Order: sequence, then structure tokens, then C-alpha cells
Amino acid sequence: MDWRDEGVLLSMRKHGESAAIIEVFTPAHGRHAGVVRGGGGRRMAPILQPGNQLSLDWRARLEDHIGAFTVEPLRARAPALMADRAALAGLSATCALLSFSLPEREPHAAFYSASIALFDRLGEPGWEVDYLRWEMQLLDEMGYGLDLATCAVTGSRDDLAYVSPKTGRAVSRKGAGEYAPRLLKLPEVLMGQGPASAVEIAQGLTLTGHFLANRLVPELGRRTLPEARQRLVDTLARQSARPSDTR
Amino acid sequence: MGDIPPQIEALIEMMARLPGLGPRSARRAVLHLIGKRELLMTPLATAMAEVARSVQNCTRCGNIGTDMLCPICASDRRATGEICVVEDVSDLWAMERGGAFKGRYHVLGGTLSALDAVGPEELRIPQLVARIPEENVTEVILALNATVDGQTTAHYIADALEATGAQVTSLAQGVPIGGELDYLDDGTIGAALKARKRF
Repeated sequence: MDWRDEGVLLSMRKHGESAAIIEVFTPAHGRHAGVVRGGGGRRMAPILQPGNQLSLDWRARLEDHIGAFTVEPLRARAPALMADRAALAGLSATCALLSFSLPEREPHAAFYSASIALFDRLGEPGWEVDYLRWEMQLLDEMGYGLDLATCAVTGSRDDLAYVSPKTGRAVSRKGAGEYAPRLLKLPEVLMGQGPASAVEIAQGLTLTGHFLANRLVPELGRRTLPEARQRLVDTLARQSARPSDTR
Repeated sequence: MGDIPPQIEALIEMMARLPGLGPRSARRAVLHLIGKRELLMTPLATAMAEVARSVQNCTRCGNIGTDMLCPICASDRRATGEICVVEDVSDLWAMERGGAFKGRYHVLGGTLSALDAVGPEELRIPQLVARIPEENVTEVILALNATVDGQTTAHYIADALEATGAQVTSLAQGVPIGGELDYLDDGTIGAALKARKRF
């Protein structure tokens, strides 16, 4: 069995003294693990960093074997982001959520393209909005997409300001009435395009975080979301408290 | 391996667990030790027993020593007001081999890792923060690996130390001594170019 594809590295752990087991996200083979011989060594260390795009050659005797990868670097993303704490946290959160959420060896070609687009945007102005929209896409891809088209109470398309924490459907200000405090806030940025304030980003991450934690986590039989996501939320909150911080 | 006495077989199995050794090389090492029993095997066993009895982590920095404080923390000459933060003891030894750093160290015991669920509470970050006022530290040098996990940890520590007032610096990244540009990865060349200095 063998195939050739490209992919983004999600994680790497040393295996024995010199090998490594890597996990990659590819367009045609989804999330896929494999051994890289010599991957635990110094020469491969810069190549096997999360977020790096690789050319992959996978071989195994049988389809269900873990198999071995031969990797070539296509694009190194991690080095450019190491000095930017928020973007680095974004990179870690994206890789951790992909590794956490995606089923093994199941292609998600469209979501792969969306993820690559996010990786390419990390560190550029306004990337936080792209990250937020990517989490919405992740929910959608996993079957827990939010329905933000119309108000679940009135059927109206106007003035949608909340999301029901139970159904994931949008609720208008009028429809919410006295139940508003029990609903999740729907930031305007998720209803349209353009930049967003730090408050809106935080509201958006609270919204997606709720559904990731309460829908996806139990479905996967896990207890919590990856810590890297919470670190991103904390980093963005700290950054918004210190607007002059450029590190 | 029915012909090998069980004690020797057990020794081979233990040796084979060491880094760099497999069953075959462990067998060769054991045969070598047996061949030089007085010269090598007995002193080695004594040294290992002694270290196993006395080794402990320094209560201050996390280095390995045989007392509560390691020799570096116990030395007043190393109280320069600088602390170098490293991931593990092997990094500390690497820094000491260079001999360029004259201050004290702080061994974290790992890095933050999403995959292995290593959080700040698993590392010795609170102890580091506590050392800043206790030892009048003016500069903390982050000597962590230039990996995603290493730099994520560095940013986290920088945030944690913000309130202490200590200056936080990190090791430079770029072309290693003896390095040839042709063999460097794109990321290292990019980092070196960013950190260029007047010649």
C-alpha cells in the first residue's frame, strides 16, 4: 500500500531513539498518522514542526498498518510565527483542534482547503476573525453547525443577536425577550464580513467554544477541549487588554 | 536464551533499556563488563549504587545534584541576578559546557504541550516566579528550544514574569557556528535574516 499527497503536520512525538510518529492532515486521506524514520533526529526537527506543510509519501504492507512516511518540506510556517505569541497560540490551537476533532483517514478536502487558508492567514492583520470563522466551519464539518439564517422564535432574518445554547439556532432580540440572559451572544462579525473588535472575537470564541465543549467533546468521548484552545482565548484576552503589545 | 544464567539475562534486559543500546549491543556490553569485572564492573556497580542512593533534584532550580541545593545554586559567585530558564537538565549541562553563562538556572522539566496535556501547573513556572524577588533577579534568559512548544512556553513565561519587573530576554536564533547556508532550513535562514546585526 502506498500513496503520495501533501499535508500539514499536526503533531509529532518521538518514537524510540531516532524515529517519530507524526500526524498530518491531508486533502485526500484526512488525518493520518505514520512513522518517520530518523524523524526524532536533529536534522528533521525544523521540518517536523506543527503547521509546516509537507510532501508525503506513505507506505505500509497492509492498509490498516500505521505505515511509514517519507517527508519533504514544502512550506515552513512555524518559524515565521514564533515571535508572535497570539499567532503562535492560533497555530497550536488549530493543530490541536484538527488532531482532536477529525476522524482518522477520512478525507475532508474542502475543510483542508479552509484550514490551509487559515494557516496562511495566521499572523496577518485580522487573522483572529478567520480563526473564529474556521471554528464555525469545524463545527459544521463535524455535524454540529449553527443555524444562523433565521430567528428560531419569530422566523425573522433581522436583528439576530443571540444563539440558543441548546439548539444552536439564532434568536432575534425580539424573539429572545426575557430569555436573553440565558442565550449566547451572537457577534455581528459572524453575520457578515469585515473586521471585528476584540470583544466580538471573545464573544464568538465563547459561542463556538460552548458548542465544541458541549457537543463535540462528549461525542468524541473526551472530557475537555485541547488546552491549546484555551491558551489562545487567554492570549487574545491579554492582548486586547494591552493594545500596545506587539510581541 | 536458555543457556544464559537468569541473573545475567536480567542484566542484559536492563542494559537493553538504556538509550543507544538494543538487545544485541546490551549483550556485548555485559560480556565486556564481565570480562573486566574488577576493573570496570565492580566500580560501575558501586558508582551506580552511590548515585541511586544520593541523587536528588535541587529544591531551588530543579537541577540534578546530591544535596538539597545543587552546586550552582549553592555557590554565591553564581548569584549574578540572572536566571537562565531551560527545558531540562540536559540543556543545563549544554549551557554549562559552553561556560559562557555565569548565573543560575531554572529547569522547567518540559514544555507546554497540547498533545501531551502538559499545562503550566505541570512545569515549575510558579517556582520561577517566586525566585525573582527572593534572589533579586534582574534578568531572566529564556533558553528554550526553537520549536512551537518551546516558544509557546517562552511566551507564557514572559507573561507570568511581567509583574515581577525582571527583564526577560531569549537566546538568539540563526546560523550555528560551522553552519553552511546551503544546508540550513528556510525557517532558520529567515530567523537569521530578521536578527541580522551591523557588521
